Amino acid sequence: MAKMTVARAMVEVLKSEGVEIIFGIPGAAIYPFYDALYDSDIKHVLVRTEQAAVHEASGYARTTGKVGVCVATSGPGATNLITGIATAYMDSVPIVAITGQVNSSLIGKDVFQEVDITGATAPFTKHNYLIKDPKKIVKVLKEAFYIASTGRRGPVLIDVPIDVQMQEIEFEIPKEIDIPGYKPKEKGHPLQIKRAVEAIENSKRPVVCSGGGVIASGASQELQILIERQKIPVISTLMGIGSIPTDHPYYLGMIGSHGQKEANLALRQADLLIVIGARLADRALGDTKITDNMKIIHIDIDPAEIGKNVDTNIPIVGDAKQVLSEINKRISERKDFWAYEIKAQKKVLPDDDKLHPYDVLREISRAYNGDYIITTDVGQHQIWAAHNLYIKEPGTFITSGGLGTMGYGVPAAIGAKFGRPDKEVISITGDGSFQMLLQELATIKREQVPIKIVLFNNTRLGMVYELQKKRCTGRFIATCLDGNPDFMILAKAYGIESMRLESKEKLKEAIEIMKSHKGPFLLEVVTSPDEPTIP
Amino acid sequence: MKYTLSVLVENHPGVLSRVAGLFSRRGFNIDSLAVGVTEDPTISRMTIVVNGDDYIVEQVTKQLNKLIDVIKIKKLNPKEAVERELALIKVNANSQTRSDIIQITEIFRANIVDVSKETLTIEISGDEDKIEALIELLKQYGIREVVRTGLIAIERGNKVISKSKSEEDE
Ligand SMILES: Cc1ncc(C[n+]2csc(CCOP(=O)(O)OP(=O)(O)O)c2C)c(N)n1
Repeated sequence: MAKMTVARAMVEVLKSEGVEIIFGIPGAAIYPFYDALYDSDIKHVLVRTEQAAVHEASGYARTTGKVGVCVATSGPGATNLITGIATAYMDSVPIVAITGQVNSSLIGKDVFQEVDITGATAPFTKHNYLIKDPKKIVKVLKEAFYIASTGRRGPVLIDVPIDVQMQEIEFEIPKEIDIPGYKPKEKGHPLQIKRAVEAIENSKRPVVCSGGGVIASGASQELQILIERQKIPVISTLMGIGSIPTDHPYYLGMIGSHGQKEANLALRQADLLIVIGARLADRALGDTKITDNMKIIHIDIDPAEIGKNVDTNIPIVGDAKQVLSEINKRISERKDFWAYEIKAQKKVLPDDDKLHPYDVLREISRAYNGDYIITTDVGQHQIWAAHNLYIKEPGTFITSGGLGTMGYGVPAAIGAKFGRPDKEVISITGDGSFQMLLQELATIKREQVPIKIVLFNNTRLGMVYELQKKRCTGRFIATCLDGNPDFMILAKAYGIESMRLESKEKLKEAIEIMKSHKGPFLLEVVTSPDEPTIP
Repeated sequence: MKYTLSVLVENHPGVLSRVAGLFSRRGFNIDSLAVGVTEDPTISRMTIVVNGDDYIVEQVTKQLNKLIDVIKIKKLNPKEAVERELALIKVNANSQTRSDIIQITEIFRANIVDVSKETLTIEISGDEDKIEALIELLKQYGIREVVRTGLIAIERGNKVISKSKSEEDE
């Protein structure tokens, strides 16, 4: 057993967990940890605000399947993490957040830069810890990685007082983790699986609703086998986009208040709904009422999701990949695909001389043929992206689906690019969202992260503006973004190449320029404020 | 409907606030919550009385189960459990009323644990109904203060709720 400081031990555990990269900002309460990091090979990315650190860790986690790690100091550093942690919690993204804390003897005295971060984040972390006993650090950190990355994944926070970081301990990594209250269940109950198979085979109009859990568990292939064998149309939640290729003949699109008509129609006509890894929140259901004559099979690793928002006939607790492969072992073939008619009604988008956002997104899809990772922000552009982009592989459409956090897209893209340097990463954003975390252009510059940013500039908080147009009879308040900077000059200030696209003739050319550019690139698309979310 | 949940949790600081926070955050009503350490000093037992329908109790159970510090939850059937609450009741007493109050106390098998010139303090343990009944009777003399622990409960017979995750815990 080696003797070392807690700070050093923390770095050693991170190394043993295979951590390659950390996003954060240092401060006095976390300096011993940073000092220990100096001697390691772990890359540290200095962000420009801590909120971005979590989002970057999130983009990294969502593209690699590994745990994303971020670090902040006590007090304001820690509170700046909050939005990002809540975002990761809602989307079940595995994150370990490490925060510095004031001296343990001063905790609770409201000293300089003190905040009760474990108390503050308890509602939206999977678990969190305040370390008081230096001897516990190794076990706790290991537990944190285990909890974050197993079962329903999510963020775990560890708060470490500065005096604890400096204490010496005997370092030894425990071989096994045993947390009596935490035993995630991965295998579905055989009887329930049998009932599910029967229900599917006996249904006339089954529909699969695929959520983020399908992507998280890597169950896309199993899902495709099931739906192709039983000819089941698939609808997805926002988080589930990409769980099946969007050009799959059985894919009908996203459901919900901002969903596609075909998808919602299929949901209304179904006699059996198979929900997989989705919680069916209010936005997802939109105004669709689940009626008594629709049976529901709900598969989720988190038992608390089953029956929470909709009544379930056949609950199956387990990992989607495992449960689906069990179902596939037993399921028969079906002949007819009942939703062809619905599919045939697919809306044709207007084709005129104006440059519409969907033209841009479709051109991007065509030019890249789906070989990219997309991140989005929140607003109309997010829905345009969800409806119009070709998403080929699971995990390549990254968006803040649960919390709807503006500012997510660009940092998530940075994290994604660090995770998958081999992939093109494109961030689709709006002028409102972009300005919530645009200081990350500095991180892009410093680290030379070659991401592409497609900025839809409608000089509005578009989605809210549209709501005011409809619901408040045009009483527009606080949605016009007068005072926007010249985004091209702004990009230049950060040494980032850019281009402004204003007309349809230039569209192909612009996308080609963006695509062939090697470094980071900003494409500003000038958009009418009156462009609807769903044309 | 009232339901009694027996919850085993790790004996860590902050667990109580996590559990209590979960109730308020999700809009569940707790009637009472009593905590104490078990035969194993690393584990505490919470007895939680929840008011609500089947859906609420199921949600409470599932959400509690998600807390990492929660080891096990069991819904107790009142018929198969011994339920007790402890209450201390300070009631006005003068020379005329004192003997009546003492009599009532005896009938309820309660104890007088403190006496002053103007008051008597009565200790009673029992189920909720018994305590309510005593309080109701004492009201006529003027109750100064009531302190109640909240319900604790244990299953009858040789059944136990233990740390091992073997039997029914869903
Ligand atoms: C942090 C945050 N604040 C406020 C909102 C509410 N909100 C949702 S969409 C939106 C407008 C987004 O504007 P923009 O990014 O320009 O995108 P657009 O809708 O114009 O495409 C706002 C303010 C939010 N989702 N997140």
